[in-house]
Amino acid sequence: MNAIEKQLYASPNHRRYIIFITSIVLLLLIWSVTTIDLQNLESSGVKIASSILSGIISPDLQLLFTFTTEGVPYLLVETISIAFLGTVIGAFLAVPLAFLSASNVVPSPVAWITRFFLIIIRTIPALVYGLMFIRVTGPGPFAGVLTIALVSIGMLAKLMVDAIEDLDTGILETMTSIGSTTFEKIRFGIIPQLLAMFQSILIYRFDMNLREASVLGLVGAGGIGAPLIFAMSAYRWNEVGSILIGLVVLILLVELGSNHFRKKLVRG
Amino acid sequence: MYDKIFPPKKLVLPNGKLVFEKRSRTPFIFALILIAIYLSIKFTGFGFGVLITRWKEFFYIIQEMIPPDWSHMSTIWQPLIDTIKMSLLGSILGSLGAIPVAFLASSNVIKNRLIVFATKFFLSILRTVPTLVTALIATFIFGLGTFAGTVAIFLFTLSYVGKLLYEQIENVEMGSFEAMESLGMNRLYAFRYAIFPEVLPNYLSTSLFCFEGNVRYAAILGYVGAGGIGLLLNEGLGWRDYAGVGMILLILILTVFIIERVSEYFRKRLI
Repeated sequence: MNAIEKQLYASPNHRRYIIFITSIVLLLLIWSVTTIDLQNLESSGVKIASSILSGIISPDLQLLFTFTTEGVPYLLVETISIAFLGTVIGAFLAVPLAFLSASNVVPSPVAWITRFFLIIIRTIPALVYGLMFIRVTGPGPFAGVLTIALVSIGMLAKLMVDAIEDLDTGILETMTSIGSTTFEKIRFGIIPQLLAMFQSILIYRFDMNLREASVLGLVGAGGIGAPLIFAMSAYRWNEVGSILIGLVVLILLVELGSNHFRKKLVRG
Repeated sequence: MYDKIFPPKKLVLPNGKLVFEKRSRTPFIFALILIAIYLSIKFTGFGFGVLITRWKEFFYIIQEMIPPDWSHMSTIWQPLIDTIKMSLLGSILGSLGAIPVAFLASSNVIKNRLIVFATKFFLSILRTVPTLVTALIATFIFGLGTFAGTVAIFLFTLSYVGKLLYEQIENVEMGSFEAMESLGMNRLYAFRYAIFPEVLPNYLSTSLFCFEGNVRYAAILGYVGAGGIGLLLNEGLGWRDYAGVGMILLILILTVFIIERVSEYFRKRLI
C-alpha cells in the first residue's frame, strides 16, 4: 500500500450518512408526488397556453402606450409609487425596531422579544395584510402602501440588525476618550458606519417591494395586479400580454438599477 | 454633469497646492427623494387623516384573531400538508432542473455565446414574473388545484437556484477543469468531476433556502386557486371569520418556524 492509497483510505467515509439523507429526500419526494391530481386538467389548457403566448407576442399596443389612468404606463407608475412610499415608511418603522433587537444595544430579553415580534410580522403573507388594510382605507393604492410598509419591516429590520451588530465599538471608545458628546458620537461615529449598508438594504428591499406591489392588486390594493386579473378572467389575452410585458420590463430595469447602485455603495 | 452645475470648491493648501473638493451630492439626492415622496403621495392617495381616524379597524381584526378558534384545527391539516407537499415537490424538481439550465448558462463551460445568452435571458424573464402571477397563469392552463401551484413553485425555484448556481459555476477555479479536459474527458465529464463537487455544498444550501421561502409563497398561492392553505385564508377573510384566520396564521407561523430551524441546521452543516 503506497502513500496515495493510504491517504485515500484515511479520508472520512460519509457514504452511510449521504445514503441516509438521500433516501429521506427520496421518500419525501414520493410522498409529495401524491398531492398531484390531474383530474382538473382540461383539454382547453393547451388552447389557453397558446393564446397566452400569442397575446404576449402580439400585445395590445394601444394599452401599452396610452397615458390615461387605464394605460399600462400609469399603472406602472402607480405600482412604483406604492413600492416607493411603502419602502420609505417601512424604513422609518424598521430603524428603531432594528436598534431594539440588536443585542449589543439593548439588554438581551428586549432583543429577544423584538426579534420574536419581527418573525411573526415576517411570516404572515402580504396578501393577508392587504386584506386587513383594505378594511381600514378601502380598496385602492393607499392600502397597498400600508401593506408594503408593514411587510418590509420584517426583512429590513433583520438585515439592519446584522449591520448594527457589526458596529466597530473601538471608534466609539476613541471618541469618548477625546471627549465627544453623545450626539457627536452618533453623528460621526455611528451614522457613517451604518449609512452605506442601510442604503444598500433599502434599495434591495425596494426592488423586492416592486414585485410585492405588482401582486397586491389581486386583493384590490392598487397597482397593476387588478387589471391583470380582470384581463385574464375575461380572456383578453392581448391585454394580458401588454401588462405582462410592461411588468417584466419595469422589474428588469429596476433590478439592473438596484444592482448598479448597490455595487457603487459597496465600493464606496 | 453634477460637477459642472455646482463647481467643486477650491482649497489652497498651506504649501500653495490647489485641490478641489467635490460638492456633496446629499442635498441633491435628498431633494429627489422628497419629490418622489410627494409624487407617490399624490399617486396613491395617501392620507394621514384616514389613518388617524380609522387605524383602530386594523387592530380590531387582530383583536378578533385572539384567541384563535381551535375547532378549525381538523380542517386545516389537509390544506397545510398540501401546501408543504407542493413546495417540497416544486423545490426538489426545480433545483434538479436548475443543474442543466445553469450548466448551459455558464459562460466558462459553454463556449457558444448564443446559448449562454439565451439561457440567461430565459432565466431572468422567468425570475421577474411574480410567483403569484405564474400561479394565476398556471391555473388557467392546468386547471385549479395543487398541480398549478406546484408548477408555479417549480418555475420560481428553477430560475432562482439556476441564477445563483451559474454565478457560482462562473466563479469556480478553472484549473482542474482544464486539466481534466487535457486528459481527454469531454466537457460534461470534466464538469461532473471538476466543477460539480466544488459548487455542490452551496447548491444544496441555496436549494434549502429556496424551499424555506417557497413554503411561505405556497401559503398564499391558494388565493388564486392554486391549492393549499391560501384557499382557507381567502375564505376565512371573506366570511370575516377572523378567529379561524388567526388559527390558520398561528399554524402557518409555527410550520414556517420549524422548517426554517431544520433547514438552517442543515445549511450550517453544509458550509
